[in-house]
Amino acid sequence: MSSSMVESKHPWKAWLYLAPAIVLLLVFTVWPIFNTVRMAFLENYSGLKAAGGMKFQFGFGNFEKVVQYKRFIQCMKNTVLLCIFTVPISTILALLIAVCLNSIKTLQKFLQTIFFLPYVTNSIAIGMVFAAMFNIVGSFYGTENEIIVTAGIINNVIEFFGGKPINWINYGSTYAANMTVMVIYIVWNALPFKILILLGGLQSINKQYYDAAKVDGTSRRRIFTRITVPLLSPMIAYVVITGFIGGFKEYTSIVGIFGESMGPADDAKRLNTMVGFIYDALSSNSQGRASAAALILFGIILVVTLINLQVSKKRVHY
Amino acid sequence: MAERISTMHEKDMQKETSRQKVVGVIVMVLLYAFLITMALIVLFPFYWMINSSLKTLEEYRMSVPTFWPKQIMLTNYATAFQTASLGRLFLNTLYVGIVSTILSLVITILSAFAFARLEFKGKDLLFAGLLATMMIPGELFTITNYSTVTNLGWLNTYTVLIVPFLVSVFYIYLLRQNFMQIPNELYLAAKVDGTSDFKYLCKVMIPLSLPTLISITILKMMGAWNSYIWPRLVANDANHRMITNGLRNAFKETSGDVNYPVQMAAVAMVSAPLFLVFVFLRKYIMKGVSRSGIKG
Repeated sequence: MSSSMVESKHPWKAWLYLAPAIVLLLVFTVWPIFNTVRMAFLENYSGLKAAGGMKFQFGFGNFEKVVQYKRFIQCMKNTVLLCIFTVPISTILALLIAVCLNSIKTLQKFLQTIFFLPYVTNSIAIGMVFAAMFNIVGSFYGTENEIIVTAGIINNVIEFFGGKPINWINYGSTYAANMTVMVIYIVWNALPFKILILLGGLQSINKQYYDAAKVDGTSRRRIFTRITVPLLSPMIAYVVITGFIGGFKEYTSIVGIFGESMGPADDAKRLNTMVGFIYDALSSNSQGRASAAALILFGIILVVTLINLQVSKKRVHY
Repeated sequence: MAERISTMHEKDMQKETSRQKVVGVIVMVLLYAFLITMALIVLFPFYWMINSSLKTLEEYRMSVPTFWPKQIMLTNYATAFQTASLGRLFLNTLYVGIVSTILSLVITILSAFAFARLEFKGKDLLFAGLLATMMIPGELFTITNYSTVTNLGWLNTYTVLIVPFLVSVFYIYLLRQNFMQIPNELYLAAKVDGTSDFKYLCKVMIPLSLPTLISITILKMMGAWNSYIWPRLVANDANHRMITNGLRNAFKETSGDVNYPVQMAAVAMVSAPLFLVFVFLRKYIMKGVSRSGIKG
């Protein structure tokens, strides 16, 4: 009996179990929170200069500079646009696929597996495949001597249906074309997770609701809007919120398609995102500005999440 | 609704049911058509990757695409393997993945056990604090961590790729939930028998939580395989480079006149281990993912 008493006499034992995690968290999680905030409010803070003994003034200079940068505004615009397009498109598409999957029996497991496949891919590697699919091999764009060697499979398909090939990602491509490719790739990438969550939600809906609706002779559409969507709303809210959080941190999918130049050959950085801006500032040793941009990003994510939660409070049925 | 049915004549009802059957069949056909089309779209990039990786450059560049290579060029794979020095990259990534997974599992198990079974002051507060850190975007940590590892002299080492990410609050949370489902009676019985906490953890709790531990292992390994930003920042030298960075470095050009067959062969080789994991351990990945919402 005494052994069970020993435990409560030695609460330090619990701390022994926690020690490795706490030490690492203090160094790599807790300290960074304080230090990043500190650097954000020290004007023009640079790690290199700080090591040289330079002192920095407290102020809001980093924030002011960051929001005045044209490049930052461009990054923010790209990030916001990608979110606005990819989150609704992928959510609606995933919802459609999940509902369809849920109402079939034959092939259900097989198709479910296929739809999950893009999840286990490397976003840089498969981005390169998408780049190959949209790429045009040729030279002298926009001149009379334009030579197109290979139009790329996507353009081949467009031509097959009687359309004109589009310069998606090459030298001289338009911003709209670039963004279209990014939206397609990001949606393709975002679908598996959303389908998994939504299908899981659908399968946990009590069958009795549907049986009752059947007895009443309720139409399919009414069943969908009055039973399925309300009962699925917590899951929908969840994939929308995580979708926005992921969308605001978009970065590697663009590196996958455009490479580190983050844009077509004639306009590097055109598709840069907020995370890309932070890393650019970091690699040029402007930790102050990088920190300020990271705090702005955190603020935006927080506000968007709170808005989402507020909206779902009114709409979501738990 | 019930009223409507009762006022209907029997004949009408029969008509109604046969009409419903026809509608049902049409709906089913449309459902399958939609699902299969979407599945083909989802699969297409994989097919195109393999198809392109087996072609000669001449065939790839033909203005009319071929949907299966006329001549299968396995040499593309050998060329890609050498061009990107994939061998070294595989080994680097495997080493970082395995070491960080083992250490991470040990730390996660110990902390999850403390939070699930042991009593100490401030337990709930500490746990809530840990969960709160999950809201903060990783970039915020990275900025300071970059300075920290530079000051520690860890740049271009394996340590820098492993240590900063050993603790995952999410994994601790996941495992704690699992540990808490194990009945308390078992713990008390073990205490009565004089079993030590550590022995109980190893003999009872770990075996009972094996599925969660497998999920964590797979997600952690996938994380190492897919990591890109942090390694590029802190260890992008030839000796420590990770697979994703190596792939991107070896094939910088994504558009224009590049040797796509070789590039696609490299991409296929980098993707292959992920597919194998997917084929054999799909269940664990899906289980882990559906509770996480994070990639890797």
